[in-house]
Amino acid sequence: MADGERGDYAIETRGLNLWYGDFQALYDVDLEVKRGIITSMIGPSGCGKTTLLRTCNRIIERLGYVRTTGSVSILGHDIFADDVELVQVRKRIGMVFQRPNPLPISIRDNVLFGFRLHEARLRKVSAVEEDEILESSLRQVLLWDTVKDRLDKSATGLSLEEQQKLCIARLLPVKPEVLLMDEPCSALDPAGTEAVEELIWKLRGDYTILIVTHNMAQARRASDECVFMLLGRIIEHGRTDEVFLNPENSETADYIEGRYG
Amino acid sequence: MFTATTLNRRSYRTQNVARAVFFLMTVTLVIPVLIIIGTLVVKGGPAISWEFLFTEPRDGMTAGGIFPALVGTVWLVAVALLASVPVGVAAALYLSEYAPDNLLTRTINLAIINLAGVPSIVHALFGVGAFVLFFNIGASILAASLTLAVMTLPVVIVATRESLQAVPQAFREACWNMGATRWQTIRKVVLPNSISGILTGVILEVSRTSGETAPIMFTGAAAFVAFLPASVFDQTMAMSYHLYYIATQQTGVPEEIPFGVALVLISIVLMMNAISIAFRVYLRGLKKW
Repeated sequence: MADGERGDYAIETRGLNLWYGDFQALYDVDLEVKRGIITSMIGPSGCGKTTLLRTCNRIIERLGYVRTTGSVSILGHDIFADDVELVQVRKRIGMVFQRPNPLPISIRDNVLFGFRLHEARLRKVSAVEEDEILESSLRQVLLWDTVKDRLDKSATGLSLEEQQKLCIARLLPVKPEVLLMDEPCSALDPAGTEAVEELIWKLRGDYTILIVTHNMAQARRASDECVFMLLGRIIEHGRTDEVFLNPENSETADYIEGRYG
Repeated sequence: MFTATTLNRRSYRTQNVARAVFFLMTVTLVIPVLIIIGTLVVKGGPAISWEFLFTEPRDGMTAGGIFPALVGTVWLVAVALLASVPVGVAAALYLSEYAPDNLLTRTINLAIINLAGVPSIVHALFGVGAFVLFFNIGASILAASLTLAVMTLPVVIVATRESLQAVPQAFREACWNMGATRWQTIRKVVLPNSISGILTGVILEVSRTSGETAPIMFTGAAAFVAFLPASVFDQTMAMSYHLYYIATQQTGVPEEIPFGVALVLISIVLMMNAISIAFRVYLRGLKKW
């Protein structure tokens, strides 16, 4: 993939269908995610929002029985093209999971893991440069002051909130364009949720963020645009306040008002 | 209102009987171990001495020590591990980290299970046919060790694969999502977190391999060799085969010698198992998830 950026959208899918074996999970999904903003995806369990998210960095293919048609473009580049290298895709499109998954190594090694994988193999990286990257990544996720005295302690000793921030921090050194988040707050307590939401809001502008959530209030307060999915289709996509105040579709209205879910 | 009914009392009686029966069965399991070790210590204990461990057998193996057999067993086990561990670990890595779930993989898994079920004497005959005759290695440490390696391979593979699969999937996903290739994921995350389990499996293999008799009988073990092995192409004595030989094939051996040999052999095995357990406990303490 060339480094140049094309297209108006960070993520653009066209006629995307996806099957798990015989079960069709996505139907003709046309999604356009604008750059530099936060887009949330809501919908009842099993509506395909996580599937769609996981298609955007092709992690879904790990399940051998998945089949797709249609296209997914990231910054104007088709990620299903033949010459696409998965490692490059994953590098540019970071993913944050439902359950924080720091590696059982030190905080420092966690943050620098991706960087060492990609950069340190190409050139000699000085300890000073590593320290700078470490500090700026941890500062970006508002974690530096908490962990600066225990950078060499194991990351699994952190609280869940801190772990989740760390999982975001370790994506940053390889300079991703898009951050995909799969219910990043659902394992956290209310205070942790608030802290991570605050962080996501802070990252807005520097990264394009696509976030799946079950928490309607979260979608409402922490996203610019909102996508409502139902049974593998996109039902509605618009500015968050409009989707919540004046939903065009009656199914969206019913879901938002809690008539099903 | 809360007093026991006849029905209650009957359930209690049944439950007490059941517990007594299960306890008895459990004890039955321990008794043979105690008897074996007890007998060996009582009858073989007097034979054990520095001289017994570190000198050669004399007078048609009716006197003297077991040094060549000890050294031979170390050779056999070491060479067998050199052959089986790299192959077994590589195969387990493939099966656990790379292999798609398809017909070929399922066939391979079936083959591994079946290989584990092949009786050791059949492995011995395979060893003679394949290594001694077909590859023309001749009866030697190499042929015997390769036979042992083939026999222990399925166990190495299964033990390794289990420790690999004990590494949480979330670690792998974390790696892949930072753009790591499968090999980088294995190298940096999967192996460091499973090495304890793999090593434990290997140590247990050592203890099992050191006691095997049938596979080495026709492929490289000899009843008596006057010199210590100098290379893998020599024949050698071995503890297990030495025990078999003096207990059944040789007359006039004083009773304490075979018991002494058995005691040394079982001590090695128990020591290996103890090291393996201690190692596992220690490494588990280091794990942080």
